[in-house]
Amino acid sequence: MTEQHTPLWEVFIRARNGMAHRHAGSVHAADAEMALQAARDVYTRRGEGLSLWVVPSNAIVANDPDEKGMMFEPTADKIYRHPTFYEIPEEVGNM
Amino acid sequence: MSDALFKYLVRLADDTVILSHRLGEWCGHASHIEEDVAMTNISLDLIGQARNLYSYAAEVEGKGRDEDQLAYLRNEREFTNLILVEQPNGDFGKTMARQLLYSAFMLPFWEAMMASKDKQLAAIAAKAEKEVAYHLRHAAEWTIRLGDGTPESHRRMQEGIDELWMYTGELFAKDEVEKELIEAGIAIDPESLRGAWERTIEEVVTRATLKRPEDGWMHVGGRNGVHTEHLGHALSDFQYLQRAYPDCTW
Repeated sequence: MTEQHTPLWEVFIRARNGMAHRHAGSVHAADAEMALQAARDVYTRRGEGLSLWVVPSNAIVANDPDEKGMMFEPTADKIYRHPTFYEIPEEVGNM
Repeated sequence: MSDALFKYLVRLADDTVILSHRLGEWCGHASHIEEDVAMTNISLDLIGQARNLYSYAAEVEGKGRDEDQLAYLRNEREFTNLILVEQPNGDFGKTMARQLLYSAFMLPFWEAMMASKDKQLAAIAAKAEKEVAYHLRHAAEWTIRLGDGTPESHRRMQEGIDELWMYTGELFAKDEVEKELIEAGIAIDPESLRGAWERTIEEVVTRATLKRPEDGWMHVGGRNGVHTEHLGHALSDFQYLQRAYPDCTW
């Protein structure tokens, strides 16, 4: 009943310019504007962010947990995909 | 002049501290956690404003009192807040109506105060203005949704505004204290804010499909310490700890 009237929204916060938005949590709100306000009130009380996104939780498409073998296990033995087999020159900095 | 400035600062501080207390009463009682946090955030903004104003008032008074003594050790007849802000929370709609009516006045008030000849007040205003801008937005959005919501939310929102309307006249009242400071370029003439206040209320009420109440008899007295019965009860909660355990700290 409550869910029906108050949808769930996922909250993403960008902490600084140049950073990506990161998932912070979720809020209940009746519509997008109220979700932004709730996100601001709940998740940015200690100066956590410069930018907020809210996304209806039901708009997020998730993989089926039963398929995680097919989805993720094949990568486990492919260590050559990690860039750890060559030296990065100092001057390049963070990659 | 310093006597008038002291009174003026205490009036503003009393408004913020009493409204802050009222919002704090919602802590743990709001309809959902998000709104619980939202109202206590606003309460904390107002506490911050009250601290700045009381501290400055104590400095202007120069009698060795501090912010805590001004907040916790004065009786109700010595409190000079607007009667509007001491009104009980009622339901959530009434709480939002109170916040809307007050914040719609305080936003242009602090904006104007940023140009005050009193540098300290101008600095307090610069900080408060951003906070109150959000308080107004928060209250306005709820007013619109409740007014334009279900028949029950519409009825409750309208009742909240109707019940509080007779306390809005006091926002625009001024006496010798204000007149002296307005002439000195320190205080804001509330009459100069009426247009902005009316426009905000009109816009929000219209979008909320509510009716702006007719102006009738207006209840005043708060600035002279003459309050409704509600303030004393609020203070007995608010001041309990300092009254029961004088000078206690933690």
